Parts: sequence; C-alpha cells; structure tokens
Amino acid sequence: MRLRILDSGHSFGTKALFALIRTVSRQPVLDVVKLVKYRADFYGEPMQGVTHEAMRGPSTWSVGDRELMAAFVAKTNQCEFCTKAHAAVAQGAYRDEKKVSALLSDLDATAIEEPLGATLLMLGKLTREHTVDADDIRVVLAAGASPQQIEDALAVCFSFNVIGRLADAFGFFVPGPKAFEAGAKYLLARGYR
Amino acid sequence: MSNIKQARNALTSRILEGEGKASPSDRRGAFNNSGLVEPLGTLVDKVARHAHRITDEDIAATRKLGLSEDQVFEIVVCAAIGQASRQYDAALAALKDATGKE
Repeated sequence: MRLRILDSGHSFGTKALFALIRTVSRQPVLDVVKLVKYRADFYGEPMQGVTHEAMRGPSTWSVGDRELMAAFVAKTNQCEFCTKAHAAVAQGAYRDEKKVSALLSDLDATAIEEPLGATLLMLGKLTREHTVDADDIRVVLAAGASPQQIEDALAVCFSFNVIGRLADAFGFFVPGPKAFEAGAKYLLARGYR
Repeated sequence: MSNIKQARNALTSRILEGEGKASPSDRRGAFNNSGLVEPLGTLVDKVARHAHRITDEDIAATRKLGLSEDQVFEIVVCAAIGQASRQYDAALAALKDATGKE
C-alpha cells in the first residue's frame, strides 16, 4: 500500500476488527477492506452504498453475472487485485471455476449466453475507450438485453471503474488464492455493506 | 432493477462538498481531471486513464508538494470517481439515444 495511513492509520476499534478478521479467516485483511475502513465517512460508506445496490440490489442479472462483469471490467483495466477477487466471487456464485477462467482468458473464444456476452463486450469498450455510442448500445439491445439490464450493467461498471483505479493507484497487495476465497465467501454471504 | 442514482449523488456530494483535508478546488480539479498543478495533474491523469501504470514515484512526487497522505488519499478518490462518472454518464446518454427514453 503506497499510503501508510491506509495500511495502519485506522482507529483502535477498526484495528481490533482487523485482528478479529485475521483470527477468524486465518488470512490477511485484504487491502480493499483497509481502504473502505479508513475514514469511512469520506469514501468507504458512501461507496459501499453504491456498490451494494449495483451488485446485490434487485436486477434480472444474477449475482454471478454481475460478479463476472466486475471481474471483466477489472481485467480490461489490467487490475490484478480486482480481477482475482471478483473472479473468485463469480466462481463461487456460478459454482463453475472453468467457465469464469475461460471467459476472462478469452471472451471471444468462449461460448457464453446472450445477452451477457454482448453486454460484457460493451462494458469492455466503455472501460477501455471511456465512452460508447448509441450503435454500441443497439448491439446489446439486439442481443436481447432490456434497457434496464443495460442500466444495471452500467452500475456494476461504474463501481468497478472506481475500485480498480483505487486498487492500482494505492498499490493493493495481491495475496494468494486462499485470501481471495475467504473474501469471496464473505461477499457472497453478506454483500458489500 | 437496481438504481444507484441516489447513492451515487450522495457519494459525489460527500467527496466534493463535504469536509475534507484537501481543498475543495483540488478535489473538484481531481474529479474533473483539470486545472491541477504538477505533478498532481500527472497523477490524477494517470488515475483516470491508466491507473495500472502508477508508480511509487508518482505518489512520492505529490508528497513533495507538501501534501499530506490524507490529502493525496482524497484527491485520488476524487479522480477515480470523476473518471468513472464520465464513463457512466456517457453510456447512459448513449442508452437514451438508442432507446429514445430518459
């Protein structure tokens, strides 16, 4: 972590919480948790409100679909921490490790149902090029997505275009798979609040 | 259907208009990716365009301006949310164009 305050500048109560997390999970506290708990009124709490609604609020996209979108946006941004973190959550939600790995490795070469495939491609373009136009959206509509599904996918994209940038800017430590598995279990059980 | 409008407005209001250690003008400049002194402008532009290329030196350079870690924290947060907001708003406008609806 490039800012010491994010690593060790938390209140006594938060440090006690981190100790509890380490004891119960037997894993290090993920840097994303340290970020959202640092001066949580500034960023963590209001951002969690957005992310929980996007990832666990009502939507016809499944939790697995939305976690896959999160991992795909992260992959497009070349954010290793978020790609691994949300691939683990998507794998848990779908109960299918191979599907998620294959999609993230090569979306074009992997069979995927519509309208999820077209939606992922549009989110990839938006993330890579910072914009999309009406024709890009029409492709997703033609693949069977409703306008509300597109709006819901854009909400996921917003959240992870924020979080991925922060992970890379602040230099999140990328732990081993077991730490991400523990994080994924928490996010599947409790969401983002 | 998820609706992040209210939560997103609360987030943006908090980081730009709420109490902070960085000045409101620096937070706004970071959000908009414009009008910041160097090397702060370079860091903010990297956050917006290719955050994976940010280095320890980029952060250290902004500290040499006399900014505290808390100020850098806030400015980076504002930069990330600003760029993600522009992407989101552009896509919502494209959706509106494609469907002819608000």
